[in-house]
Amino acid sequence: MGKNLFNKVWDLHKVGTLDSGLDQLFIGLHLIHEVTSPQAFAMINERGLHVMYPERTFATVDHIVPTENQTRPFTDTLAEKMMEALELNTTEHGIPLYDLKSENQGIVHIIGPELGLTQPGMTIACGDSHTSTHGAFGSIAFGVGTSQIRDILATQTMAISRPKVRLIKISGSMPQGVYAKDVILRVIKDLGVKGGIGYAYEFGGTAITKLSMEERMTICNMSIEGGARVGYINPDETTYEYMKGRPFSPKEDNYKKAEDYWNSIKSDSDAIYDDVYSLNAEDLQPMVTWGINPGQSVEIGENMPLLRDLEQDDRETVEQAYNHMGFKEGSPIKGQEINVAFIGSCTNGRISDLRVAAEIAKGRKVDSHVRALVVPGSKHVAKQAEDEGLDKIFIEAGFQWRNAGCSMCLAMNSDKLKGRELSASSSNRNFIGRQGSPTGRTLLMSPAMVAAAAVSGKVVDARDLEGV
Amino acid sequence: MDTKNMKRESLSGRCIPVRGNDIDTDRIIPARYMKVVSFKGLGEFAFYDERFTSDGSLKSHSFNNDAYKGASVLLVNKNFGCGSSREHAPQALHRAGVTAVIGESFAEIFEGNCGAMGIPALTASPEVIEELMGKTEKHPGLEMEIDIRSAKINYNGVEYNISIPDSSRSSLLAGTWDSTASLLNSGSLISSRAENLPYINGFTK
Repeated sequence: MGKNLFNKVWDLHKVGTLDSGLDQLFIGLHLIHEVTSPQAFAMINERGLHVMYPERTFATVDHIVPTENQTRPFTDTLAEKMMEALELNTTEHGIPLYDLKSENQGIVHIIGPELGLTQPGMTIACGDSHTSTHGAFGSIAFGVGTSQIRDILATQTMAISRPKVRLIKISGSMPQGVYAKDVILRVIKDLGVKGGIGYAYEFGGTAITKLSMEERMTICNMSIEGGARVGYINPDETTYEYMKGRPFSPKEDNYKKAEDYWNSIKSDSDAIYDDVYSLNAEDLQPMVTWGINPGQSVEIGENMPLLRDLEQDDRETVEQAYNHMGFKEGSPIKGQEINVAFIGSCTNGRISDLRVAAEIAKGRKVDSHVRALVVPGSKHVAKQAEDEGLDKIFIEAGFQWRNAGCSMCLAMNSDKLKGRELSASSSNRNFIGRQGSPTGRTLLMSPAMVAAAAVSGKVVDARDLEGV
Repeated sequence: MDTKNMKRESLSGRCIPVRGNDIDTDRIIPARYMKVVSFKGLGEFAFYDERFTSDGSLKSHSFNNDAYKGASVLLVNKNFGCGSSREHAPQALHRAGVTAVIGESFAEIFEGNCGAMGIPALTASPEVIEELMGKTEKHPGLEMEIDIRSAKINYNGVEYNISIPDSSRSSLLAGTWDSTASLLNSGSLISSRAENLPYINGFTK
């Protein structure tokens, strides 16, 4: 019987088994940023250790960067201090840093693929749970904590137990107006936010193979919201085409060898999985979350669930969600008036996301009650958008056009919700307090749906807008 | 590294229950308190927005309840610590006095972070968790004894079975949960594994 990609890549990177029984896994690419790395550097410095593979380690700054005024020193002194720590640590240990002066700066999960650092058949780690994004290339990519960052800095390896692998097979084709975000929100709703614990998710099937790399990244990005630390897609011609000509991609002369390796790590046609879940893309509809975790979502035409229809175990969280959101059970999501629209994040801050949103924004105006932000995921995304004139479309429509960063996805910068504001957001988490106000409220949806909500002042079906 | 002082064979302490499924790490520590370059002092921000309203007045929460002051065993429900990978979450709990967590289940990255910090993350059935929480709420002064080797706890004279992954148990017992040293022990095996990866030299070989 055949082997799946996850186990092939794992076995190629396994250094050995530790006394504890955990595997020691070599990490091919270590990405770091300002929030979760300073304590790790402090620990290796304290122990007199050095960074074993500085050439396989890359840093950028994303979580804390202001997306408006980026003049140094930052007015936020805590943010400035974190920035300085990253500058010092990367200089001391010879690690390349793509800071605000670099044209390569951006959200860590956007720049890795953009620069060709992310490649099929690699193991990738980063101190951020959305590292699963990189799995879109057929790498296995883990979000890690700070102690593990310390281990990877010092040894380029980490101690980890091998998870099981679940194949999520999505057949058919996605209907017009349904996006990658809707696919992953559907999967999380079906399997639950705890469903993926102990699993890596392989996304496959005809609907997946038809997706662009950027759409694949959106899907893998949110695997963690379904409890799966790793999500991945087998590499194919779409992957290889995307990889060509990027700064860190294999050079042309070696591309054949690279493709041989990438083909060799694909899941075999008779590969074994610990579990299989199937879904038909034809049945998908635009999804919107109404609650306080990414599994609490409905199709745009559906009503929010009635408590009496739920299992006892779910009822408590749902009650808490209604309490926080101020929604009445059984009410429609369509028509909910929003205060804020946020387009950006490692989930949906890429050029294709901005193109879709701009198409909706073009010739329309952001509702006068809505504060709307477009935050490109990286400087390269920003430049591309500006070259295409998307920035002008957004500004003309009344959106704010910002600099690259994580912005309002997690509000470790000045972009925050105020009070109980209700936000339509293309990001990944609707947790209580996530967007910066303890009483703030988040509805997750695709960039198209956020743009449609921004110009309508309320949640609408983007497909109903004229000319869309 | 001196692993002798790092051995965790048994623990004891009073319990503190925090009820609810899917308590994410943003709730355990809001992102705005992560703008630090050290984990020191994070304890006071544990569950901050669950404990305080925006004007600073106290909400009803176990961490505000004097009856649980000094407790060290945190009791939780399902999927505790989901969401962000921030180690700041277990670090904040640890610095607020938590030395062990017992729950129905944990999010994977959170569990891994606890493991790397030498904090046992133990699981038990929903019935056992309910019983432990109920007992604690009635009698917050009770001491719990946790035996890592036998995976048993004793609470007020009653013994309960708990689960702990073999790898966590062995590294807690051996005092090797801080994994840097054991990883470094592999020495040249690391570089030879790396050299065998075709991408390591940009596919030039």
